[in-house]
Amino acid sequence: MVRHIVARLFITCITLILLPFSVFSQEPIKIGEINHYKRMAAFAGPYKLGLELAAEEVNAAGGVLGRPLEFIFRDDQGEPGEAIKIAEELITSEGVVMITGTILSNIGLAISSHAAEKQYVYLAAEPLADSIVWASGNKYTFRLRASTYMQAAMLAEQAAQSGAVTYATIAPNYAYGKDAVAAFKKNLLSLQPEAKFVAEQWPALFKIDAGAEVQALERAKPDAIYNVTFGPDLAKFVREGTDRGLFVNRTVLGLLSGEPEYLDPLGDEAPEGWIVTGYPWYDITATAGKAFVDAYQARWDDYPRIGSLVGYMTVQSIAAALERAGSTETEALRDAFEDLILDTPVGSITFRSIDHQSTAGAYVGRTALQDGRGIMVDWSYKDGADYLPSDAEVMKLRPAGQ
Amino acid sequence: MSGFLLAQVLTGLANAGALFMVASGLSLIFGVTRIVNLAHGSFYMIGAYIGYSLIQVLPGIVGFWLAILLAGIVVGLVGLLVELIVLRPVYKAPELFQLVATFGVILVFQDLTLMIWGPEDLLGPRAPGLRGVIFILGEPIPKYDIALLIITPIVAFLLWYLISRTRVGILVRAATQDREMVGALGVNQAWLFSGVFALGTALAGLGGALQLPKGGADLLMDFNILTSVFVVVVIGGMGSLPGAYLAAVIISVVNVFGVTFLPQSTLVMIFVVMVLVLMIRPYGLLGREEGAGEHGQVGEPELPFRPATPKTKIWVTLGLILLAMLPLYGSNFTQILAIDILVFCLFAASLHFLLGICGLVSFGHAAYFGGGAYAAALLLTHTGAPMEIAFILAPIGAALAALVVGLICLRLTGVYFAMLTLAFSQLLWSLVFQWGEVTGGDDGLVNIWPAEWLKPTEIYFYFAFILCVGGILFLRHVAHSPFGYALRGARDNEVRAESTGIHAQRLRWLAFILAGTMAGLAGGLFVFSKGSVFPNELEIARSFDALIVVFLGGVKTLTGGVVGGAFFKGVEEILTRFEYWRLAFGCLIIIVVIFAPQGIVGTLRKVYDDRVRHRA
Repeated sequence: MVRHIVARLFITCITLILLPFSVFSQEPIKIGEINHYKRMAAFAGPYKLGLELAAEEVNAAGGVLGRPLEFIFRDDQGEPGEAIKIAEELITSEGVVMITGTILSNIGLAISSHAAEKQYVYLAAEPLADSIVWASGNKYTFRLRASTYMQAAMLAEQAAQSGAVTYATIAPNYAYGKDAVAAFKKNLLSLQPEAKFVAEQWPALFKIDAGAEVQALERAKPDAIYNVTFGPDLAKFVREGTDRGLFVNRTVLGLLSGEPEYLDPLGDEAPEGWIVTGYPWYDITATAGKAFVDAYQARWDDYPRIGSLVGYMTVQSIAAALERAGSTETEALRDAFEDLILDTPVGSITFRSIDHQSTAGAYVGRTALQDGRGIMVDWSYKDGADYLPSDAEVMKLRPAGQ
Repeated sequence: MSGFLLAQVLTGLANAGALFMVASGLSLIFGVTRIVNLAHGSFYMIGAYIGYSLIQVLPGIVGFWLAILLAGIVVGLVGLLVELIVLRPVYKAPELFQLVATFGVILVFQDLTLMIWGPEDLLGPRAPGLRGVIFILGEPIPKYDIALLIITPIVAFLLWYLISRTRVGILVRAATQDREMVGALGVNQAWLFSGVFALGTALAGLGGALQLPKGGADLLMDFNILTSVFVVVVIGGMGSLPGAYLAAVIISVVNVFGVTFLPQSTLVMIFVVMVLVLMIRPYGLLGREEGAGEHGQVGEPELPFRPATPKTKIWVTLGLILLAMLPLYGSNFTQILAIDILVFCLFAASLHFLLGICGLVSFGHAAYFGGGAYAAALLLTHTGAPMEIAFILAPIGAALAALVVGLICLRLTGVYFAMLTLAFSQLLWSLVFQWGEVTGGDDGLVNIWPAEWLKPTEIYFYFAFILCVGGILFLRHVAHSPFGYALRGARDNEVRAESTGIHAQRLRWLAFILAGTMAGLAGGLFVFSKGSVFPNELEIARSFDALIVVFLGGVKTLTGGVVGGAFFKGVEEILTRFEYWRLAFGCLIIIVVIFAPQGIVGTLRKVYDDRVRHRA
């Protein structure tokens, strides 16, 4: 009995000592982050590091609305159904104020539909599909990264200046590949009506038969080739194409091919002279861009990938929206995201109210080899705002009332 | 033009190299041990990674080829280890049970590879001296392709020699034809199996290492090659090495021409070839009909089904009441989770009905689950029909699909039936994937939400609860009905069943449609609980999820599908919260497989029965 009382007293004392801390330290603002950490480890890893870096910086500077930001990371196994279940749990049981994440477009679309139904804000960080903000766009979904359409339009502009007339395309046989080719065609034909498409190749995603694809492209004898393949497909395509002389005296345009995630694994076999979108972190001198690269390298002892940059900007966007909303209520947050303007490592970006797409752009340049690795040279940053369709077109693309 | 054609064919032949090696390994393993080795792609993947690392260490031309050879040997040793630790304890289990174990192996290898080699793709090193091309009839052909053109027939010849000219080969062939007889003749089957498994996996590893100069190593290779390898083995004829070679060449060459003349066809082509070949030659190009007595009759004879005892009935009723009251004490998310598990259990139960009651192993059951989901989603998207109507279309659509597929596939039995169902489900998958204008392709169909009155979580929970529990109980009831008895009779002895006037084939067809309908119902519940559907729900992976839980639960018990489904989903829900969940999940599956070779329910019942017998 005595022991019992002593124990109780002890617990009471401890509680009394700790009490002040719990009163003064603010409840964190929780944000759900759903991603394919295992399935897409090479992409989700750097993204998460960029995100953590930004969260640490925000919290070190006093957090948002006087509260620290806390991200809850969950793996969806690359399955849309799982992602929905996790989103449900995060929203109803974990008390997150909004959800972000995903790389794969189908999962981004699944969460976006769920967000509209259950009314929470979803910031699609990395998925590129145009339909996230257009055909399947909704009031609660925003997208940060420059979309397929925008990046394809940037390359179309370069292509129109190259003097090539006949084009061949090669793109993985799924939605992203099809969107990328359609957007490229549309933009190129409006800039250069005499351009002709002489071949379209559609290898199965990650199952490319590179030798056959290269032969088929060669057979069409195009002036220029527009490449959308990436990852292991890109490596095989570049290898077979280089061996068989496909790229000699041809203009080659590569969507995303300049991103470190895709260019670096190619090592000293990286193609030279391709016009690509990517991320030349090694060469960035602008203050904000350089500061991010330095901070990232100091924190993680590794260099940033495009995913790192997106992860970093994701936190910046969320923090800015929360700050602007002045609350964590969904409707306030949603309103705050519309026309939100913030400064990021790539410059000032705006989340457009018309379609919820941010104006974050992309770096466009030419590939070259340096010290046994592929880099981008002669690059410039293209503001995303300049590569979106007219407002009238966007209104037509988006479902009414959204 | 002739130069171009020649170049096309040479490219196809070179591509056939790695494919043949991986496929011949799978075919060999299946032929002798009857194991459907799902992990075969994993051995291919680690072959590439190990080859990559060895090439970094061993310099020069000799080093390069030595490294490739060593990669094969090392993978063979790993395969031997896997066979000894994971597979040997479960040979006595029901047929095909081993595929659950190999699924565990896949998960373990995925995480181990990520831990050892990191997440980034590795670019395959070039073969020294074989960079660049030579010109044949004016067409550039990579030198390494020429090397592959030479190496593949050599490997094929050595294999042929081993199988047809040596004592080991005689034993292997004998075991492929009749392994009981080989055992009866005093051959140590255990070591024969281990040896064949090691050889088969070594071939997969060799294939992985050999393709390095044409590609590299990445973490998605294991699943990416699996489908084509299955297709090659099936087209060639399970267990036939010359068949595997022929099929690898046909598939590769057809692919090359497809790429050139019909570039959109890359997804569909091989499945069309597969369906065509199997419809004309059901046992593959060079395969032969399966021997009798191979259908699920390995291991202990099955006990007849018993109706549940009153005690069991009381417990189950109590459990169901407890579950039905979930909205009173469970959180919103618990109910969502319960819906997920119930839907999956119904899906698993429908497959279990085929497997357990009819003895029909379907490798393509996802076609009806995903097909049902798509039927509902398509109607809702394109006609704006009320949700209730769209929902009803899910089981109906799935039933129609099962009706057609069943009619064609049921001409075959055993593993060939399984393979043809797989081919059809893949055909459906590629159709949905490719036909973006209607199905949304891989961007799927979104905004598929239930009607207003069904939207509250509690209501949808009861909706799912009633349909899933009702469906499962209905399937159970059917198993105890005369229809179920007739099906089991036809499963155990078709000739005798027919002689008593049972039209076995028609009954099976009806059962196949029933199972498809139930899977479609589960698919309908799934799509409206998630609000969207994507081709993932039609993938092979989904079919195998269901297969695995049925075996995990116990194929020879009535409740196997349900218990397996609940166990799988529940454990997955907990484990995926951890960083290396695949490793943990894989190990757990392997442990369950080793200690419960009759499945969870089967083994528990055995333990219980033994105890009762001891007491008595």
